[in-house]
Amino acid sequence: MIFVDVLVCAAMIATAIAAVFQRSLISAVIMVGFISLMVSYLFVRMDAPDVAMTEAAIAAGLTTVIFLIAIRRTEDTESGDKE
Amino acid sequence: MRQILTPIVLLLLGAVLWQAVPFTAPADISEIGRRFVEFGVADNRAANIVTSVIVNYRGLDTLGEVSVLFLSVTGAIFVLRRREGLILATPTPSSELVATGARLLFGPILLFGAYIFAHGHLTPGGGFQGGAIVASSVLLLLLADRDRAMAHNALGWIESMSGFLYVVVGMVGIAIAGSFLSNKGILPLGLWNDLFSAGLIPVIYVLVGLKVGSELATLIDAMMHSGEKEGTQA
Repeated sequence: MIFVDVLVCAAMIATAIAAVFQRSLISAVIMVGFISLMVSYLFVRMDAPDVAMTEAAIAAGLTTVIFLIAIRRTEDTESGDKE
Repeated sequence: MRQILTPIVLLLLGAVLWQAVPFTAPADISEIGRRFVEFGVADNRAANIVTSVIVNYRGLDTLGEVSVLFLSVTGAIFVLRRREGLILATPTPSSELVATGARLLFGPILLFGAYIFAHGHLTPGGGFQGGAIVASSVLLLLLADRDRAMAHNALGWIESMSGFLYVVVGMVGIAIAGSFLSNKGILPLGLWNDLFSAGLIPVIYVLVGLKVGSELATLIDAMMHSGEKEGTQA
C-alpha cells in the first residue's frame, strides 16, 4: 500500500507542475481537481474519512465546476503574458 | 516572465514549508483531544466522534464557519448581480446525453446528500459534506437545462430559517442546560448507533446541511445566470 501512496504523491506533484505550465485554463482547472481527488484518497488512507468527503465534494467537485463556469463565461486562454 | 517567476516562487514556498512543518507524528494526542476521545461517546452518544466535536464541543466554531460561508456567498452574489448585460460568451445548449444523464442522476444524488447529513452522527460526513452533495445535484439539473428557473424565494427562506433555528437551538441550550448549544437534557440521547440518538446533534446537522446546500445552490445559479436580466430567458 505504501507503494500506491508514493505513486499518488508523485502523480500529484507532476500534475501540479503541469498545471502551472498549462496554457489552457480548463485543462489547468481539471488538473487541480485531480490533485484534490488524490488528496482525498490520502485522507482516507490516514483514517480521516470526514475530511476526505469534504475534500472530494467541495474541492474536487464544486470548486472545479465553479472555476469551469467562470472560465466558460469569460475566456479560455491565459492573457497578460505578452511582453 | 511570469512563466519563469511562478515556478521559482512556488519552489521557494515549498522550501519554506519543508523547513517549517514537522513531518513526523506527534508523540501523544493533546490533553483536550484525549478528553474528547474518552468522554465523547458518553457525553453525546454519537457513534462518529468527529461529529461530536464539530457540533457539540466546538459547536460555536461551526456556527462561525456557517456565517463565514454565508458572508462569502452573499458577497459573491452581490458582485455577480451588478454585471447586468455583460455576457462575454454565449453558452451552447447541453447535449442530449448530458441532459438525460443529469435528469436521471438528480434524484439519487439529492437523496444521497440528505442521507449524508441525516446520518452525520453515525457515519463519516455531515452537514457540510451533505450540503455540498445537495448543491452538486442542483448543479446537474442546471447543466441539463440552464434556463430552468430556481425558486429563489424558497431557497432564501430555507437558508435563513435554518441559520435562525441553529441559533434558537443554541439559545435553548442556554435556557435549559446553562451553556450555548449544550446537548444535556434537551432531547433524549437514545441508544448508541441509532438513527434517532445523540440528542440535538442530528437536528443541528440537518440544519447545517440545508443551509450549506441552499447557499451553494444559490451561488451556482447566480454564477450560471450572471449578466442576464432578471426574469428573462436567455
